[in-house]
Amino acid sequence: MKTHRARGVVYVALVALAALCPWPTAGSRVAAQGKGTIKIATQSPLSGGQAALGEGIKLGAQLALEKFKGPLEKMGFAVELVPFDDQAKPDVGVANAKNLIADTNVLVVIGHLNSGVAIPASEVYKDASLAMISPANTNPTVTDRGYSNVFRVCGRDDVQGAVGAEFAKSLGVKTAYVIHDKTTYGQGVAEFFKAEAEKKGIKILGFEGSEEKSNFDPIITPVKARNPELIYFGGLYDQAGPFFSQAREKGAKSRFMGPDGLDSSDLAKIAGKAVVGMYYTSVAGPVSVYPQARQFAEEYRKKFGKNPEPFAAQAYDATAIALRGIAAAAKGGRRPEREEVAAAIHAVKYTGITGTIEFDKKGDPKKALYFVLQVTSDNPEKWGENREVKRLLIATPAPKM
Amino acid sequence: MDFPLLLGIFPQVLLDGLILGFMYALIALGYTMVYGVLEFINFAHSEIFVTGAFVGVEILLSLQHAGFLDRVSPILVLFLILGAGMTVSGLLAVAVERIAYRPLRGAPRLIPLISAIGVSFFLQDLIRLVESIWRNAFNLVYPGLEPLSRRFELTATVDVSVKALVVIAASLVMLLALHLLVNKTRLGTAIRAVAEDQATASLMGINVDRMISITFLIGGAMGGAAGVLFGVQYSLINPYTGFTPGLKAFTAAVLGGIGNIPGAMTGGLVLGLLEAFAASYLSLLTGGAFGAEYKDIFAFSVLILILIFRPQGLLGEVVRGRA
Amino acid sequence: MHAVWVLALLAASGYAVSVFPHSILAFLLFQASILALYLAPMRRWLKVALAVLALGVLMPAIGTVNGYYLEVATQVGIFVALALGLNIVVGLAGLLDLGYVAFFAVGAYLWAIFGSPQANQIFGGGFPLAPGWFFVFLLVGLAVAALTGVLLGLPVLRLRGDYLAIVTLGFGEVVRVLANNLDKPINLTNGPKGITPISRPPLPFDPARLPGVSLGLLYSLYFYFLVLLVLFVVIAVNQRLADSHIGRAWEAIREDETAAQAMGVPLVRTKLLAFACGASFAGVIGVLFAAKQVFINPESFTFLESIGVLAMVILGGMGSIPGPVLGATIVTVLNLQVLKGLSLWLNDLRNSGTIVLGYNLADLPTQLEPAKYERMVFGLILVLMMIFRPEGILPARRRRRELVDD
Repeated sequence: MKTHRARGVVYVALVALAALCPWPTAGSRVAAQGKGTIKIATQSPLSGGQAALGEGIKLGAQLALEKFKGPLEKMGFAVELVPFDDQAKPDVGVANAKNLIADTNVLVVIGHLNSGVAIPASEVYKDASLAMISPANTNPTVTDRGYSNVFRVCGRDDVQGAVGAEFAKSLGVKTAYVIHDKTTYGQGVAEFFKAEAEKKGIKILGFEGSEEKSNFDPIITPVKARNPELIYFGGLYDQAGPFFSQAREKGAKSRFMGPDGLDSSDLAKIAGKAVVGMYYTSVAGPVSVYPQARQFAEEYRKKFGKNPEPFAAQAYDATAIALRGIAAAAKGGRRPEREEVAAAIHAVKYTGITGTIEFDKKGDPKKALYFVLQVTSDNPEKWGENREVKRLLIATPAPKM
Repeated sequence: MDFPLLLGIFPQVLLDGLILGFMYALIALGYTMVYGVLEFINFAHSEIFVTGAFVGVEILLSLQHAGFLDRVSPILVLFLILGAGMTVSGLLAVAVERIAYRPLRGAPRLIPLISAIGVSFFLQDLIRLVESIWRNAFNLVYPGLEPLSRRFELTATVDVSVKALVVIAASLVMLLALHLLVNKTRLGTAIRAVAEDQATASLMGINVDRMISITFLIGGAMGGAAGVLFGVQYSLINPYTGFTPGLKAFTAAVLGGIGNIPGAMTGGLVLGLLEAFAASYLSLLTGGAFGAEYKDIFAFSVLILILIFRPQGLLGEVVRGRA
Repeated sequence: MHAVWVLALLAASGYAVSVFPHSILAFLLFQASILALYLAPMRRWLKVALAVLALGVLMPAIGTVNGYYLEVATQVGIFVALALGLNIVVGLAGLLDLGYVAFFAVGAYLWAIFGSPQANQIFGGGFPLAPGWFFVFLLVGLAVAALTGVLLGLPVLRLRGDYLAIVTLGFGEVVRVLANNLDKPINLTNGPKGITPISRPPLPFDPARLPGVSLGLLYSLYFYFLVLLVLFVVIAVNQRLADSHIGRAWEAIREDETAAQAMGVPLVRTKLLAFACGASFAGVIGVLFAAKQVFINPESFTFLESIGVLAMVILGGMGSIPGPVLGATIVTVLNLQVLKGLSLWLNDLRNSGTIVLGYNLADLPTQLEPAKYERMVFGLILVLMMIFRPEGILPARRRRRELVDD
């Protein structure tokens, strides 16, 4: 009995001692001399296969924050960026979301990269009326639910898939095989492509999904045997890369096409020559496409030592819009509530490096840019020089009821 | 039912299945040898397999970076990465045995099994950690070796790449070598003796601990070779790639008869073929209702069925005689 | 005397959390004081009273200050229930089940399908069921999961320990792959996209009566108390089972099947009962989990989760009841708070550009965040525990005697 008691007391005493030590307490910052801190959070995958894109979102937001925080700081607030890693997993995204909303200093979230993470996380944000501005989520469901706190600055997959199908038709393609990665995003855009392609008279020889990441041989064999003119891969570059590379190795002669998930220099790194000449659609043009973006690219390069990844520019604009919204809601210099920030963002009209953005009632940009690009080189460094084949400015479609 | 199509892809699927099967056979050897000697499933073997793959890719990437990749003969490069992969994996297996399994030799069966699971998880993230620090990325791509990518188009639907032939040839050589080692050398006899009856073997003057370590070494080396070949064949690897092939290879070992080395080889081939056929034909046969994504369940179902109806496997078990 | 210490600790930590709402260490102190409450010897009624105070009053109060802690506490509760369920299968009956999360998934998907518009895809209309059905589904989940347990148990009864482990692992994977792929030909589970929104059970009172309190907070508190209630029942059932005829039969099987059979223990029935009981706990808590999360997808039910629950049982101590409770608490807190907290802390350091030993922390690769290495931590826990303390931290007394070398 005695040792039992002593041990218990010792354990507890140790923990108490540890707690009283002057350790930095994660997340609690000493409020600046002024009215406190305003935090803008980012949620994107900072690890795993899509870390490059996720990192781009974070860094783009960071750049914008440092550039545009002036007005808020003049009002007496300290402005901070809090990045979170959602690991491209809905569970982690939701858990982070709950952590985020507990911190009342967070007024806006810039995120996510994956629609499959954004949709459940936005349910959590909705409960707290926290505004979420997405630089990259293209699945229509993200805004189609009509939540007043969800926004996106990029295009939608129902348009993107259709743009892809239309372009395929213009290339004279008559048969196509569609493969997707079974995620909300990949399957979503693949279905839109298929629907529009069929409407345009392209025969869809097959529609299959797979989560496979390395061994695509058994999938490629039947596809190759059917010999479609085009293979459309709805998914991300970390799967598309090996798939296209293995398909070419097995002698598939079809053309390749895919959505903006393929838009990353890593695709060239993984697949090399297999993807040269293929087309892909995107809601984020290469930075070289936007005139004001050149300065952004230079500042980005100077600060972070690398070229801006896709969606970095979108994150930059999204953050700028967020700051504008907060400043508008903070009229009179008092700290705004989250609902007020969301309402203010609805009213923002902003001309940034990706164009002029104005939101409709659902949170979609009233008009969005869509691109068709062609891969010009197997050198990952040259990804930014991919050739722009077509550019379309399309109004957001009404939700299909 | 598009019969010409179904028949047309048959040879290709057969080839794909063989490649997969040989790979499973190599990995299964590790499981079966350890089980034969210790009656213990080395859960961490899947990570030993993937370590070999990572060693291979690191060497290739370094060579590429230094500019040598194009200049050195590809056969030499292949030998190099196979040798390195086998060595590192083999040594890793020995280390794991020493640290995590040996202290638990006498314990009830549950304990070392849980320890093995722990090692498996630990190694997965360790590889990720090391690669994150070393290369800031852990999804790595095997650089292509030029002559390996050459293809021969035999018919409209059958494509044989030099790579596939190399993988099959390498596997065959290693399986043969192992067979010779286990059956025709003194070392092999010692290992088999320890597998049959540890106590008597030690009475006969065999250093049981050393034999066990050597068993792990050989099993690990086979796994490492499989890892390198996996990387060469499928190009993209990450630290978690080992889990599913490892599980399937264990299924193959059980399918052929656990502890039985020719059994593991047979089991591997059979499972590889089954899986390739399931993956390629399933969606064609069911009109798209069930597709290639069910190929993994296929393997597990096979396992469950064997264990229910023929738990000793196709070629019979070879495990320690009970006292 | 000890009661005073514990009370002081509870008060101090409660105060600390209210003053530093984001200090993870303060919250850890609170949790440690609950552990101290359990360990410190004092009269039973006093312990119960303090426990009610700590869990029923202080914890919700902390939750009001920082909603995330309430979330952590609720997750701990859910995993405690899972650990207790697995404890029956692995700890009491000695059947190594590596696919336990499959039963959890069954319960969760059951409510997810019928408590959301998902079922309309199967039946054409009429769903989701009214939220009140949630309570009925707690029982339905129990029954269906138990049935699944029996179905799993039947074919694997004769298998040896290690084979059983692999087969249960395979079964767990099968369930996950099915959940991931049953979106065609009929859309049962909506595949990897998951199912959302899932109805939550109706609040016991009209939220309009408390205008200042956010709906989110109300639901968080509601689920916290629901989990506590379910836990109470689970622990009570566990205690009755462990002390009963069937509990002893399980332990007999665990020790030596042949001897048990010779003593008249019906092997088949007893093993099936173990699977069914363990599975039923997972089923109930699965239903609760689905309602709480409002969104589920197959990624919550991977092999990693099964191993996580196993680690909780082993770390805490197999066969006893406080063991898995402690194990679940430690592992969950480790995952949700300690590792994440370390990540956030490292991030703060990186942002502030601190230089440690000449190395600018801003250069630390983002791949190096502790929150991502939970696998490694699990693995290390398992290996170290097996080598140094295979009976766990708070094992059943009999277990400790047999596993520790005397």
